[in-house]
Amino acid sequence: MKYGLLPVLLLCFSSATAEEFNTLRTQQSSVTFVSKQMGVPVAGSFNKFSADIAVNPAKPETGSARISIDLNNMDAGSAEANDELGSRSWFDTRQHPVARFVSSHVTRTGDDRYEALGNMTIKGKTLSVKAPFTLKRVAGTVVIDGVFPIKRLDYGIGTGIWADTSVVADEVKITFHFTVGKPR
Amino acid sequence: MAERYTRTAILLHWLIALLIFTAFPLGIYMHDLPFSPDKLKLYSWHKWIGVSIFLLAIVRLTWRATHRPPALPEAMAGWEKFAARAVHFSLYALIIIIPLSGWLMSSAKGFQTVWLGVLPLPDLLSKNKELGDLLKEIHEVLNFLMLGLVLAHIGAALKHHFIQRDSILSRMLPMLRKKS
Ligand code: HEM
Repeated sequence: MKYGLLPVLLLCFSSATAEEFNTLRTQQSSVTFVSKQMGVPVAGSFNKFSADIAVNPAKPETGSARISIDLNNMDAGSAEANDELGSRSWFDTRQHPVARFVSSHVTRTGDDRYEALGNMTIKGKTLSVKAPFTLKRVAGTVVIDGVFPIKRLDYGIGTGIWADTSVVADEVKITFHFTVGKPR
Repeated sequence: MAERYTRTAILLHWLIALLIFTAFPLGIYMHDLPFSPDKLKLYSWHKWIGVSIFLLAIVRLTWRATHRPPALPEAMAGWEKFAARAVHFSLYALIIIIPLSGWLMSSAKGFQTVWLGVLPLPDLLSKNKELGDLLKEIHEVLNFLMLGLVLAHIGAALKHHFIQRDSILSRMLPMLRKKS
């Protein structure tokens, strides 16, 4: 019992030391999305977000991520759309200014390929999502890239007249690119 | 030289005229609508009609280059013939340039044009707000220029038909010929 804790301690120690990358390089990171309007893909971006990511490239399965996105700073592709996004039928940003993703589990799916399972909270609704990603070491940093779809209507994004998916498709593709370094 | 227009020329003339008479008011109407799903639909339809006009215009110009139109009546004064040819030439140019300016504007505003929601046209420009606004001005000015020319064109056609009482309108509108 007494020594049973030792491996756990060692594990904590090793994951919190030299090999852990945990500082987001904001300038080299992005979260963007593509929605479809009348069959036309429209690019958008989340211009302000924070990400607490801790990853050891030797053991990415032990990594964790907590991402917060400021929904008052998004660009959905046009001034008109941006004016509309804060409204109650879209993101209702007065009640729900932030979207969150919190990872619960990371699994390896292939060479440099992983999948983060976690909870996504948007507009007060929390649903579990799977985000596949690749992980590469680039010049003293770890670069994480991935794309996953969400269904906007599952979160009540774009209700009422906007629920018509022949105008704005239900599926929105979210692309993330995070560069994580060591504390400077 | 032929006495009348070929059936293909007549069909293309009226098909394009019909599409222009749809796209033009639609463009004016949709512009001031509040942001809504209907607005997005109308914008798409306007773009689809514009691309259709562009494609038909290419067919029409190809046809025109290989099939001479009937000669203008001898009775027309030199300046009248010149005006008719100048207006026709300008209208041909505009049915190519106006859709092009719309397509480029859409690209510059960050929206790809996907004809009928199925066929994506390449984005020849990347997103650029200033350029998008400029192209919008150009698209508008060219359309009002075309409106002026089309009104003059219609006026001339009516004048030929009701005042000169020549065959100009009936050779483009064979319906009229059968009656007389
Ligand atoms: C109610 C509307 C219109 C009427 C009554 C009309 C009438 C006519 C007529 C009578 C002609 C034959 C001229 C001739 O025999 O020499 C003609 C030719 C032509 N029309 Fe129209 N038109 C209309 C709309 C338009 C529109 C919207 C366009 C826009 C592209 C257009 C473009 C042309 C052109 C380019 C020609 C010359 C064909 C050629 O000889 O190469 N028309 N039109």
